[in-house]
Amino acid sequence: MSSSSPPPPPAGAASAAISAAEKVDGFTRKSVRKAQRQKRSQGSSQFRSQCSQPELHPLPQLKDATSNEQQELFCQKLQQCCILFDFMDSVSDLKSKEIKRATLNELVEYVSTNRGVIVESAYSDIVKMISANIFRTLPPSDNPDFDPEEDEPTLEASWPHIQLVYEFFLRFLESPDFQPSIAKRYIDQKFVQQLLELFDSEDPRERDFLKTVLHRIYGKFLGLRAFIRKQINNIFLRFIYETEHFNGVAELLEILGSIINGFALPLKAEHKQFLMKVLIPMHTAKGLALFHAQLAYCVVQFLEKDTTLTEPVIRGLLKFWPKTCSQKEVMFLGEIEEILDVIEPTQFKKIEEPLFKQISKCVSSSHFQVAERALYFWNNEYILSLIEENIDKILPIMFGSLYKISKEHWNPTIVALVYNVLKTLMEMNGKLFDDLTSSYKAERQREKKKELEREELWKKLEELKLKKALEKQNSAYNMHSILSNTNDG
Amino acid sequence: MAGVAGPATGSGAAGGDGDDSLYPIAVLIDELRNEDVQLRLNSIKKLSTIALALGVERTRTELLPFLTDTIYDEDEVLLALAEQLGNFTGLVGGPDFAHCLLPPLESLATVEETVVRDKAVESLRQISQEHTPVALEAHFVPLVKRLASGDWFTSRTSACGLFSVCYPRASIAVKGEIRQYFRSLCSDDTPMVRRAAASKLGEFAKVLELDSVKSEIVPLFTNLASDEQDSVRLLAVEACVSIAQLLSQDDIEALVMPTLRQAAEDKSWRVRYMVADKFSELQKAVGPKITLNDLIPAFQNLLKDCEAEVRAAAAHKVKELCENLPMEGRETMIMNQILPYIKELVSDTNQHVKSALASVIMGLSTILGKENTIEHLLPLFLAQLKDECPEVRLNIISNLDCVNEVIGIRQLSQSLLPAIVELAEDAKWRVRLAIIEYMPLLAGQLGVEFFDEKLNSLCMAWLVDHVYAIREAATNNLMKLVQKFGTEWAQNTIVPKVLVMANDPNYLHRMTTLFCINALSEACGQEITTKQMLPIVLKMAGDQVANVRFNVAKSLQKIGPILDTDALQEEVKPVLQKLGQDEDMDVKYFAQEAISVLALA
Repeated sequence: MSSSSPPPPPAGAASAAISAAEKVDGFTRKSVRKAQRQKRSQGSSQFRSQCSQPELHPLPQLKDATSNEQQELFCQKLQQCCILFDFMDSVSDLKSKEIKRATLNELVEYVSTNRGVIVESAYSDIVKMISANIFRTLPPSDNPDFDPEEDEPTLEASWPHIQLVYEFFLRFLESPDFQPSIAKRYIDQKFVQQLLELFDSEDPRERDFLKTVLHRIYGKFLGLRAFIRKQINNIFLRFIYETEHFNGVAELLEILGSIINGFALPLKAEHKQFLMKVLIPMHTAKGLALFHAQLAYCVVQFLEKDTTLTEPVIRGLLKFWPKTCSQKEVMFLGEIEEILDVIEPTQFKKIEEPLFKQISKCVSSSHFQVAERALYFWNNEYILSLIEENIDKILPIMFGSLYKISKEHWNPTIVALVYNVLKTLMEMNGKLFDDLTSSYKAERQREKKKELEREELWKKLEELKLKKALEKQNSAYNMHSILSNTNDG
Repeated sequence: MAGVAGPATGSGAAGGDGDDSLYPIAVLIDELRNEDVQLRLNSIKKLSTIALALGVERTRTELLPFLTDTIYDEDEVLLALAEQLGNFTGLVGGPDFAHCLLPPLESLATVEETVVRDKAVESLRQISQEHTPVALEAHFVPLVKRLASGDWFTSRTSACGLFSVCYPRASIAVKGEIRQYFRSLCSDDTPMVRRAAASKLGEFAKVLELDSVKSEIVPLFTNLASDEQDSVRLLAVEACVSIAQLLSQDDIEALVMPTLRQAAEDKSWRVRYMVADKFSELQKAVGPKITLNDLIPAFQNLLKDCEAEVRAAAAHKVKELCENLPMEGRETMIMNQILPYIKELVSDTNQHVKSALASVIMGLSTILGKENTIEHLLPLFLAQLKDECPEVRLNIISNLDCVNEVIGIRQLSQSLLPAIVELAEDAKWRVRLAIIEYMPLLAGQLGVEFFDEKLNSLCMAWLVDHVYAIREAATNNLMKLVQKFGTEWAQNTIVPKVLVMANDPNYLHRMTTLFCINALSEACGQEITTKQMLPIVLKMAGDQVANVRFNVAKSLQKIGPILDTDALQEEVKPVLQKLGQDEDMDVKYFAQEAISVLALA
């Protein structure tokens, strides 16, 4: 205010750096904007109360110790590795961090190259060390609208240590000396519960380790299997109906794929329920693209085990068929093709009608990728043979859409594909095809008439509603006047 | 179907309602099961019309059984159905028959999709109020029990929302049972159900007798607050508010505080976040004494939490917390116990934290008074005005009115100006848009002199912004400024500049002139509009760009009512008639529209 000179707009360095393009349009490509942000890693939420870590002092090498001392030293090293360091602060405790890293490396090598070192008394310390390092509250996502398909994940800062701990955990589980009967005292339900929660980690490297670890645990601890399945169930249900967010869905599904593979026949009701109430609704998730391959694999595994599940599964998929997301629709069509590849002809008959009604809608989708994906079904020999067997049922369902697109679709590739499909269908049953062609117009007119009738019906219903409302009002008014009359009197 | 359609054909079955036989239920049901989802959805949304056509008796005996049996449909249809049924009591014959609606809603309450289930529960809650106490025990309570002991988690989840509506009107014996059911759901095997129970705990506590709250709800609360899943624990924080409201100070101290203290230091940041987020409610619920002893230290910890999410949530609550402290000793307490932490947050590493603080910090000035504001808060405001993050600066600027009341805005104007200028040229158009919105307010507070000197050029620059939304906002801004500073000011400073743009080579800028005239004419009045604006508009009717020409037509329609009849007849009419013969379809259309609206035909 005191200076009287008019303020020149400060053409600062910052504003000069803004490109003209960006000024025109705030919606620059997300990836471009993201690239400007420096890549970040994050630490876990655990350094709250710990103010400073004690400095580590190197212990003697295990290989230099006598066999009597080795066990004792092994446990000391495990205890030493329970101490955690803050990796967000890249300059603190450098020496201690290095000691721990070297020790972890040594431990990994020790359990994988030596036999007879995993003795009963070590289990407790081993599991304690693993728990202390990997179990933690995952931090809030650095990027609240993290899009796993496009954004770079935030990586775990303490990975240099955690990776080695996972490595050690795996070697421990896979060691020929490993005895589940002893380990089950430490690797219990609570342990597994915490392990499962880590699958939400944004770091794909961690999830990959977790996948292998959980798979080993499922394989070795028979007593935990039902529990693990139930907890995965809960995680999925929360994902579908509550949060729509869980980073490790694909990994868990991958494990389930191999679990389903091993299910005994006949399938238990619990497993069928899992298929119908969890896996099928999972198709509604927003981020389906991230785990669809694994999900479809699980579904097909189920159908290969028990073909009678085909009908409910396909009906389920039809119920959740995407309405607006073409990308998902293409995925659904892919899954349907996978299912049709293994379908039994008797099962096919049960669902052909609703299924082909949907396919007929997809074929006439204005999104050419959807139409194209659906039309590709006619390139599949097995599907073609199923269609031929049931041409009397399927042709009338498909005919209207195909006929219409052959005249109207904007995309020439689709029109060409439709001509081929029409030709194939005509060859299957020429007579029916001719009948449908000649009755096409009459059919359309009948539909129009029905539409008019419907409108008429609703109009009448509305009139009735108005009339009733009026009557009610009148009677209320009469009541009111009667009452007020009596009051006056 | 056949069974349903059968009786419908017998006409006059409904006696008095003569018309109803016109609409055999089969036809209506055909509509409800049409193959096209959209049509099905439309029919369901008009379910009340169908019920009306059928009359109350046939709605009860035919329509509702049909609806109950055929609940396998798209979730969207089910959602509409669940909603409709909540308002159906009148259509089935009033409160005496409200229980007829329970079976279909019961099935809907077990559906997987959360929105459907929630809607069904909402409708059930609504209908429960329409039950007589006898009907409630005969029909509604058994339904709640069935849901609460269902096999699949969905029905148990739904049950959680129904306890509190039937409890107050149930008999003593039934009340005991209801509590028992609720207890078991609180320790359910599936976390989904525990979450549902935890989220209804506070609501349920409110309808219970005080003894039961202490003896039953508090232990449930304590358990849920130490659940193994943080998603359950954090819901207990919400319940904490309702429970504390019901208890005496001593009871709160003994029964609630140990759990709350634990929650404020939970190892999961989500729980701590929840404590921060609910802080004002908690503060009110536990009362001033416990606030001073317990909550203030907890709040200090939350303000320096290791997770930015928690700090941001706490920063949002700073003003409310201070406001709600007891008047006595408030100032000292804020100065000594809160302000030091706020100072730290001003230079936080996370921009969300800073911007959360910036959105409330100005409010502290009214609480702390003029001297403290100048001495302690002003440096913080100034620091935030220079923050690297535009959102922080914007939040400060958008709350200037609070400070204005206490110390006047002049104290800030030195720092304000560079901040405004920088925001006005920010690369993100949403930021530019936001600062434009505050211009009229700033203009009012800074005065016309300051405005002309420093800000006027900015306002004019926005008129030629690359983004339409900015140009549009800039035009509206001009109108508001004219309302504030008057027509004379407009005539001298704004109008000439706007009119010059009519000759700009860029047609978008020429159109901006028209948009400005649309916005300003009314505020400027007849004289300026007729003498200065109208000639320009008329001249632009000969523009070579069709978009400009049809906007001329639109502008003439807009300013027509302000002009006098002479100008309309002699100047506007010929131009519009000419545009009415334009070769461009749109120009013709808008010219003709203007002619008919202005009644010049």
